[in-house]
Amino acid sequence: MTSLLDRRLLFVTGKGGVGKTTIAAALALLGAQQGKRTLVCEVDAKGNLADFYETKPFRFKEREVEPGLFGMAMDTEESLNEYLKLQLRLPVVARVGPLAKAFEFVATAAPGVKEILTVGKLVYEVRENKYDLVVVDAVATGHIVGQLAAPQAINELVQVGLVRSQTDWMLDLLGDPRTTGLCIVATPEEMPVNETMELVGRVREETNVDLAAIVVNRVLPELFGRSEEACFEHLNEPLLVGALSDAAGGNVEPVFDAARLAVTLRRTRAGHLERLRAGVDASIPLLYVPELFSRTHGLRATRQVADSLASELDI
Amino acid sequence: MAGSGSPKRRATDAIGTMESLLATKEIVISAGSGGVGKTTTAAAAAAMAAVHLGGRVLVLTVDPARRLANALGLEGFGNIEKRVPDEAFKSAGVTPRGEMWAAMLDTKQSWDALVMRHAPNEDVVNQILANPLYQNVAGRFVQSHDYIAMERLYDIHTTGNYDLIVVDTPPTRNAIDFLEAPERMADFFSSRLLRWLTAPARSRVVNFATKPFYQVADRILGTRFLDDIAQFFLLFQTMYDGFVERSRAVEHLLHDRRTSFMVVSTLEAAPLHEAEFFISTLRSMDFQLGALVLNKVLPAYLLDGSATAVAQRMQREPGELASALGPDAGDPQEIARVLREVADSFLRFQVVAKREGEQRKELATVPDVVATVPYFDSDIYDLAGLLRLGEQIWR
Repeated sequence: MTSLLDRRLLFVTGKGGVGKTTIAAALALLGAQQGKRTLVCEVDAKGNLADFYETKPFRFKEREVEPGLFGMAMDTEESLNEYLKLQLRLPVVARVGPLAKAFEFVATAAPGVKEILTVGKLVYEVRENKYDLVVVDAVATGHIVGQLAAPQAINELVQVGLVRSQTDWMLDLLGDPRTTGLCIVATPEEMPVNETMELVGRVREETNVDLAAIVVNRVLPELFGRSEEACFEHLNEPLLVGALSDAAGGNVEPVFDAARLAVTLRRTRAGHLERLRAGVDASIPLLYVPELFSRTHGLRATRQVADSLASELDI
Repeated sequence: MAGSGSPKRRATDAIGTMESLLATKEIVISAGSGGVGKTTTAAAAAAMAAVHLGGRVLVLTVDPARRLANALGLEGFGNIEKRVPDEAFKSAGVTPRGEMWAAMLDTKQSWDALVMRHAPNEDVVNQILANPLYQNVAGRFVQSHDYIAMERLYDIHTTGNYDLIVVDTPPTRNAIDFLEAPERMADFFSSRLLRWLTAPARSRVVNFATKPFYQVADRILGTRFLDDIAQFFLLFQTMYDGFVERSRAVEHLLHDRRTSFMVVSTLEAAPLHEAEFFISTLRSMDFQLGALVLNKVLPAYLLDGSATAVAQRMQREPGELASALGPDAGDPQEIARVLREVADSFLRFQVVAKREGEQRKELATVPDVVATVPYFDSDIYDLAGLLRLGEQIWR
């Protein structure tokens, strides 16, 4: 099987709030650190991908943010412009009358147009060999299947025309597991795990994209070994709590309470992790990223996550 | 009442608690970004209202969480409302004063119902339902999901069957999308662009201005596909009047004094930012903001000064503290290891609690009701769990 970063195009998705953008940012950073010329692209207009590199917001035109790492923000209208320039050798869209204005409308009316302009641009970058690796901070789990299946859907809806001739090579690249892969990001919590398991099934049934990995983010550290846990329980006896509080010069109960919370959270999450591992087939690698108890989410945090991913990938 | 124009917030609107909010409103809409516990909070609020306030309370959800159905003692629920059985309340140890009902939005079914209501005759209904583009629009098109949720809410509200409806909103990328959905839908069907688009189906004579557009569109998409689109919109246009009228009514209901919003968030940066943006949008669009619910808040003792001093000492001198307990307490080395680990964990979580505390302070405007829900250390499996959460936001 092809290792994660040896693929050329990685889509990163996940339920809201699980850290999809963090993982996409870190994977791209890791790729660049490995000497790959890397493009990272945010698809969501309201995204904050640039924050993870502590740089100003990305635009459609890519910009180098770290050595070998380029960032861009998807803009379907500009993507259409570029496409028309390349394919039809048309000068600028402004010259074809109401096309630019009508675009938004047609895109709303005809399902898949926006999606195919997004996916099309990214696959094009890969085909043209401008980058060794393209990492996409893609749409959330609810919409990713629609995005990845767009070329197929368009292929079925549109029987002739230029678009039809374009979707064929796109489907080839998207369907090649050595080239393209999907990463699902989840946290070990109930709903993200449920959504991940559902998504795995839908991706298999409705798209031809290979599942490259599931990244489990925010895994909590194990506090105690078995005998230490017994020791902790013992220390919770009122007499010892009193004695410890006297020795420490203050009430130890809140500190113990926090530990108990950490232990229970860890246990609940471990249960969801087991459910996830049992619920998806064993050929899909699971990568674990620990919870970052950090103050901010800037470049430093992105580097830490990239390091965790590197050790999970044995690089 | 409806008809008095868009109502402004007055000082007398001040509502102190979630209890009084749910007691005085007919519709409470739960909104926020994904993963913050919106659905669970909506269900908990509805359950509390059914138990303590009485009347008929409906929770309308868009999230097909099987666990929620189980928690409500239902086998599952769909577009048609189902009553939460009394046994579910009984096993939670309460006797509700009222009734709790639940329904889940089925986008496709709701769209079909809409078409059947507005289409001029059965022939048009059949043609629309059979159109391949309709299948796509009704099933996948995200904005249609937003619209249909509000449309379905209007539908249920006008039946007058419920005293209170708590609505969970669709997981949109942009939480305000669904607020604008009715207006956008109306605009969509009245657009001049729509006429451009549908022109070729009516006549092949295209004027000078639009000709290049069709040439390009033809080359990109192919004529047949364009014709499919055109046919679909021509069919939809027959429903135009009914549709627009309905959209306006939905919009009006959302602005009504009887409707209020409950914004749900955690104290993490991204959802909180989204919540703030949503709150300011609600204000500027003249919607009523009833409450802010902050979920998964870490316990306050993590910020306690004396507890911090203890944790720091424990981290620095675990061995001394362990030996102070005497030999009867157990192996001093193991105790020291445990104390060290416990202290580390406290201080790690404190970093997060501090960050979240700062973010909370930065909230510029907050509604009258701000409810804080502590980090529950286990998942909610049943009605008792929902009510436990509900207790946290009630007063």
